[in-house]
Amino acid sequence: MKHTNGILEIPGDSVGFVTTKYYTFANPPHDLLLTSGKKIGPVTLAYETYGELNEDRSNAILILHALSGTAHAAGYHGPDDLYPGWWDTYIGPGKIFDTNKYFILCSNVIGGCNGSTGPSSINPGTGREYALDFPIVTISDMVNAQWHLVRHLGIPRLLAAAGGSMGGMQALQWAISYPDMVQSVVAIATSSSLSAQGIAFNEVARQAIFRDPRWNNGNYYHSEKPHDGLALARMIGHITYMSEKLMHEKFGRKLQNSDLFSFNFDSEFMVESYLHHQGIKFVSRFDANSFLYITKAIDYFDLRADYGGSLMKAFENVSADFLLISYTSDWLYPSEQSREIMRALRANGIHAVYTEIESDFGHDTFLLDDERTQRNVANFLRSEFDRIRNSNGYHARGI
Amino acid sequence: MDTTRAGYDLILSEIPFGARVLDLGCGDGVLLETLRNLRKIDGYGVELSAEGVSKCLEKGLYCYQGDIDDGLSDYRDNSFDYVILNQTLQDVKKPQFVLQEIMRICHNAIISFPNLGYVTTRLHLLSRGTMPKNSLFPYDWYASPTIHFLSIRDFQNYCAKHDYPVRNERHFSLRPSGASRLIRVMPNLCAQYGFFILNGRRFSSRKRT
Repeated sequence: MKHTNGILEIPGDSVGFVTTKYYTFANPPHDLLLTSGKKIGPVTLAYETYGELNEDRSNAILILHALSGTAHAAGYHGPDDLYPGWWDTYIGPGKIFDTNKYFILCSNVIGGCNGSTGPSSINPGTGREYALDFPIVTISDMVNAQWHLVRHLGIPRLLAAAGGSMGGMQALQWAISYPDMVQSVVAIATSSSLSAQGIAFNEVARQAIFRDPRWNNGNYYHSEKPHDGLALARMIGHITYMSEKLMHEKFGRKLQNSDLFSFNFDSEFMVESYLHHQGIKFVSRFDANSFLYITKAIDYFDLRADYGGSLMKAFENVSADFLLISYTSDWLYPSEQSREIMRALRANGIHAVYTEIESDFGHDTFLLDDERTQRNVANFLRSEFDRIRNSNGYHARGI
Repeated sequence: MDTTRAGYDLILSEIPFGARVLDLGCGDGVLLETLRNLRKIDGYGVELSAEGVSKCLEKGLYCYQGDIDDGLSDYRDNSFDYVILNQTLQDVKKPQFVLQEIMRICHNAIISFPNLGYVTTRLHLLSRGTMPKNSLFPYDWYASPTIHFLSIRDFQNYCAKHDYPVRNERHFSLRPSGASRLIRVMPNLCAQYGFFILNGRRFSSRKRT
């Protein structure tokens, strides 16, 4: 979007101005039961929708966001909005998630801080923010909460559950938790469980927050916020989202302001300023406690463990078709982890596509304008939609 | 002559309606697409290249990007009516392992490959003394993906040795139109391609070595 002489120009393939909506459910005594055994209610989910639900309600696609994502996946909130939603390159009229054809729904996760119930929400029991009284949530809990929203919107079955990274985890979980409600899954740069290396990075990031004195055991909502810790956590995360090659090409050893070393500890390498910038940008839009809860949910996610040590068992009752995509330079969610999922799908005779895309952009490739990812996802969705229409809503899995 | 579709008509005549079919080295998915459209098969592919998988996706096919040499171990015993290895056997790194896995996961296997024993190929080597280069083996020696050359007789011997039941042999040469012409007389000398249908029903993981 460009601002020209104060007049707003929105690209023709944008969904345009959108507003975030909210749905509250699980009002006591119908609280949402969590994996931990604890209950929470009421629960609010922030969500946005683009496009129209068709007459037979068969064109709904649920978009699932990653760690720091929000319900705002596409379009602009208003004329002052400088940036569109986080997956705007994918969602819009004529785009991959074509809003002329599909009804797109994106919801913020439970535990988040962008309109959904999370640690920064008011605990109705105390009248104060939950902070660390907020119960631990899992990927499965996020999906169970979304289920309420999907039902509320009158969607009997999703054409697709789609997402990258933690969004991919949710998409997998959707197919397992609600096999009758998911026609297909698009899971990009994801895993059935985070690696020890991934957990290690998450823990270091959490420690950065814990060790910020302003974090104050999570009670900072009425004082100065632990911005230093959260910014540092984000900087650590950002390193893991990029590949070595990308960093080399983007920054190399270039200095920010000079050709000469300043012989002090100011941030002078370009890569240093970049990370600082990412950290600072993040704290204005994200809650430190939410960061703790969501990274923990990612760490706990383990489909194999959920099914007695067998990933094959995890997908036994799944009826969805799958598209799995991984990237060669993604070392946070390496291709082998997608292949592992694929092997479990193959063993169950599930219709599935797996492709590894050559990319230098690391884990975050799925957020970028990657033509091959887009082409594959678009083709997959098209054939899944055709399949639904040809079988009049009924989908038989060939055994 | 277009050799990229060699044997498609024979495969098509063999596959029954509604069969569950795995095509190993499915390339751009044309064979699977044809079988889906004309035989209503439940098709699956394995393809090494990302570009091939993309082409399969365009056709609405399910395809796994991977190396068949890395194994098919996750497929269950006898889980496919047909497993097709069309013009690929000569290019795999571990043909014995791949064949063993195919026999395990299939009811029927279709194995077709360019026949090294074909007369033109033999004469080329005999008369010129250089690596044969023709429509069957279109590459220079240094650029050839083929790493395991074999003749029809080699494969017959192999099946006998490993007790692989051969249900049918339909060795063929290509007509200029690309259609197959069955060669029944002295196929190892006269057929451009070997074409075997093996029965894999009695093979299971228990028999794996």
